[in-house]
Amino acid sequence: MQLVFVQFMTGLASAASLFLVASGLSIIFGVTRIVNFAHGAFYMLGAYVAYTLTDRFTGAFGFWFALLAAAAIVAIVGCLLEMTLLRRIYQAPELFQLLATFGVTLMVQDLVLLIWGPEDLVGPRAPGLAGAVEIFGKRIPSYDLFLIALGPLVLAGLWLLFHRTRWGVLVRAATLDRSMVAALGINQKWLFTGVFGLGVFLAALGGALQIPRDAVNHGMDLRIIVEAFVVVVIGGLGSTTGAFVAAILVSQLNAFGILVLPKISLVLVFLVMAVVLVVRPWGLFGTRPPPAQASIGMAVRPWRPLAPGEIAVAAAVVAAVALMPLWLGHYALTVASEILIFVLFAASLHLLMSVGGLASFGHAAYFGLGAYGAAFVVKAAGLPMLAAIAAGPLLAALGAAVVGWFAVSLSGVYFAMLTLAFSQIVWSIAFQWVDVTGGDNGILGLWPDAFAASPAAFFWLTLAVVTPALVWLHMVIFSPFGYALRAVRDSELRAEAIGIDRRRVQWIAFVIAGTAAGLGGALFAFLKGSIFPDVMAIPTSVDGLVMVLLGGVETVLGPIVGAVVFKALAMWLISQTDYSKLVLGAVVVALVVAFPKGIVGTLADWRDRLTARRGAGPSDAEASADATAAEPPAGTMAPAPSPATVAGRTRP
Amino acid sequence: MTRLLDVENLAKSYAGLAAVRHVSFGLDRGEILAMIGPNGAGKSTCFNMLNGQIRPDAGRIRIDGVDTTSLPPRAVWRKGVGRTFQITATFGSMTVRENVQVALMSHGGALGRWFGRADTRGRDEADRLLALVGMAADADRAAAELAYGDLKRLELAVALANRPKLLLMDEPTAGMAPRERVGLMRLTAEIARAEGIGVLFTEHDMDVVFEHADRMMVLSRGLLIAEGPPETVRRDPEVRAIYLGEGLVYDARHQEARADASTSGPQPEARA
Amino acid sequence: MTHKLAVANLNAYYGQAHILFDVAFTVAPGEVVALLGRNGAGKSTTFLSIMAMVERRSGTVLFEGDDVSRLPTYAIARRGLGFVPENRRIFADLTVEENLMVGRQAPRPGAPGWTPETLFALFPNLAEMRKRPGGRMSGGEQQMLTIARTLMGNPSLVLLDEPSEGLAPKIVEQMAAAILTMKREGLAIVLSEQNLHFARLISDRAVILEKGRVRFSGSLAELEARPDIRDAYLAV
Repeated sequence: MQLVFVQFMTGLASAASLFLVASGLSIIFGVTRIVNFAHGAFYMLGAYVAYTLTDRFTGAFGFWFALLAAAAIVAIVGCLLEMTLLRRIYQAPELFQLLATFGVTLMVQDLVLLIWGPEDLVGPRAPGLAGAVEIFGKRIPSYDLFLIALGPLVLAGLWLLFHRTRWGVLVRAATLDRSMVAALGINQKWLFTGVFGLGVFLAALGGALQIPRDAVNHGMDLRIIVEAFVVVVIGGLGSTTGAFVAAILVSQLNAFGILVLPKISLVLVFLVMAVVLVVRPWGLFGTRPPPAQASIGMAVRPWRPLAPGEIAVAAAVVAAVALMPLWLGHYALTVASEILIFVLFAASLHLLMSVGGLASFGHAAYFGLGAYGAAFVVKAAGLPMLAAIAAGPLLAALGAAVVGWFAVSLSGVYFAMLTLAFSQIVWSIAFQWVDVTGGDNGILGLWPDAFAASPAAFFWLTLAVVTPALVWLHMVIFSPFGYALRAVRDSELRAEAIGIDRRRVQWIAFVIAGTAAGLGGALFAFLKGSIFPDVMAIPTSVDGLVMVLLGGVETVLGPIVGAVVFKALAMWLISQTDYSKLVLGAVVVALVVAFPKGIVGTLADWRDRLTARRGAGPSDAEASADATAAEPPAGTMAPAPSPATVAGRTRP
Repeated sequence: MTRLLDVENLAKSYAGLAAVRHVSFGLDRGEILAMIGPNGAGKSTCFNMLNGQIRPDAGRIRIDGVDTTSLPPRAVWRKGVGRTFQITATFGSMTVRENVQVALMSHGGALGRWFGRADTRGRDEADRLLALVGMAADADRAAAELAYGDLKRLELAVALANRPKLLLMDEPTAGMAPRERVGLMRLTAEIARAEGIGVLFTEHDMDVVFEHADRMMVLSRGLLIAEGPPETVRRDPEVRAIYLGEGLVYDARHQEARADASTSGPQPEARA
Repeated sequence: MTHKLAVANLNAYYGQAHILFDVAFTVAPGEVVALLGRNGAGKSTTFLSIMAMVERRSGTVLFEGDDVSRLPTYAIARRGLGFVPENRRIFADLTVEENLMVGRQAPRPGAPGWTPETLFALFPNLAEMRKRPGGRMSGGEQQMLTIARTLMGNPSLVLLDEPSEGLAPKIVEQMAAAILTMKREGLAIVLSEQNLHFARLISDRAVILEKGRVRFSGSLAELEARPDIRDAYLAV
């Protein structure tokens, strides 16, 4: 009983920091619609800066000053980031901003390493709160009691701020309709900067408050960001009360999970989140979100299948790629095979994300399931490689069928989070079910059959599997089913009103995408000769998102280009520099700013502008304007669009 | 012979607040029925129950003798109900023609196919429907860039794709210019009478209502307070008090529209 | 200063498309001008262009003699140019009082001053639901709230986009009465309308737009005398 009490108090104390971080995340998302992936990085920075400052400023006053100053300094950094980076990309699709903040996270990870070194740092105890208080015969650290009291105080403070001050009401109004707020005479630029600063301040304070309890380390950011996402989603996006309740719930689950259910302690939180989302899709305290300004993948440029000429070009590209073993060395071929595999992975995610409008944050789970499926077939049944490559995706398909069934009842950020939760569950199973999966040691010795043992042969095999799979995905996009999928993405209301079963269509797309990813995973297992749980961890899922967004989410060929560029860049950087994350992060950020529509999307825009300029003079612009804005008087013949208009506006 | 639409005792409340209170009405083939009433009278709720978006608490809906109460929208559609929305709902990333093609493919049960190109399916039929609503010249444009009035016409073409028996139109002419309103409703009426389609529509523009409705029903606070031919309903003092007002903002215009319709030449249907 | 608002050479674009072509019109202090024209003629785009809410535009917008065309949206609104958008755009989770609070600006010399209480007198329906969230109001009540919200900024001129759209005839009549009261207080108003009869009840002058160009500009009496114009552009 006493142990239970101690764990309970520890859980409550941990909840304080988590609540600060999660409420900041929620507030920022509410107003700016940015899913701030860098929030964990700010938390970590808050802790590191506080460590340095507490070193300088000692004594009771110095310590508390250092914590607040650390949070303020990081908040200023956050404001600068908002002003220099985010302001440029508010108009971009929602997930694109996630990509930018992900780039920032990568950069911060290496910067922290550069400034503070790789060792864990232990901060000072809080002056005056270093001792413990005896409650029910157990000694509870005074600092924990302080944190337990702090949580409700911050909650009350935020409530007063948002309901009793004009600034708070403006923030809530901006959450609902940003441009309307500007039309009422409010400078929304500074409102956004202020909100971002407040959110970052809360995160950094959360980090700074942790230093008397835990060592400061550079794994802090990813751990907290995942937990904060979970808290925000369980509590309901935009609800600070929800974040508070969910932070306590999650912290208690963490505290007691180890005690009661050690076998599934890692899964427990995600399991609860999955249950909450299935039962209450918008979280415990959330309300149905307003429809997104533009759903992802919504292209104004209607898609067209490849024209015969373009098919010839594609075939020539494949032929050229097939000739690569003639001039590439062993290592380069292995890299090339890996890139091909990730092209398939990105293309499978693209089907779900661009065509279906469903951005999965846990797509790596099906990649990993495919890999483990193949490994089981080899290890348990002793079947040859080709049979394993064929069978592996079946496990992925099964997983996708189960997860997809639940996930497609949600959309937007909630869909993203539920898929993330399920992927964490799958990862935890692989990690903790040591008897079957080997746990952290993975499954080793998955070597290709003799005929594909050389890097060149395996490259050809990969190409021979990936190419038809890509062609098939492309065909699906332009099949009647692909139209149904785009239809439910564009307008669920209209789709249901013309007899389309949204859930069914999206579920099938989920299974197709999962199966294709699983095929990539099966190839990956044989490429590496082994398989570890990390392959289905969050970073792989994020890589997939980055590839699709980088290539251009509104385009058909984007994922292929995005995967090649991203994967090649990442692998090249690792070989060139110790600070590959810093460079990669900077490159991602730069690409987001320079190519807000992704590489392929930007290229298509350039081509359009070129054809428009070549096609006709100023009269062209006017002709298309008439077609867009004004209608012919009823009763007269509609003017036939000029050839230039057709060329300029409707070509893919 | 059974009526095309037969609604009995339809009721719905939200959190204890009655939105629609035991409303009964019917509609015949080829008939055009207008549902009017103040904002918040329960018209939208009624509409959404008819096409299955909202499950009624009580009552029964029969379409052509078939009970469709509580069926989801996609099932109601398969029973022959086409619908247009107050705020248009189209597939913005597709071309105008593709919007109609998707509806045709759905009607033909082809949307489950993973193979074969979709953009060649039902092209001619789609073009025929687009010509019918005067949108043939816009077939290759993206729906996202259409002007509002054109979106309304596209919605009508989509709603006609399953050869419906019943058309539900929620404020079909909202946001349109006066002559466009007359044009769209005249077109609808023509199609409805030619094919024997029943039309139920809500509308705030009394010119459109008085011009095109065969019959009117008036909802207020979820209750059916008046029903009958436009001339009768128009004179009803209760309807005047709660909805029509002094007649300052429609009467004169209505007279003009009438005169205009009977004398002036150009017909919107000629566009195609 | 003769004009409250003078728009000249206004051009606007969406992406590659050119929407407005050299739109020009003026509004005198205390005057009500109706912007007429069919759907897609460019009425809403004109308002959004004046408020700097479109992607790309050029031209001059003189408000009380100053060129505001280079200013951001909020700064234009701060000068006393109020905007009531189409579709109301009420803050659905905020109460009536909070919605009004968002619109609040300091009183302005030379412009009628409004408080929540005077606005509740103008729109009595709103007075009965001060604590109600905007999302749980009927269309007519929301339309009143969106106008009241803009008036809280004590503007000297208001752009009203389609104030009668989607409202029951009786509510439209109430709206006309409220707009006439606003006019009596000395407010200049530009409204875009499809309902010519409603426009007739409240406007002094009319500007007709067609395909992004001004086709007619004059008093309502002049417009009545030109059935050819009405037939060509308004198609009543």
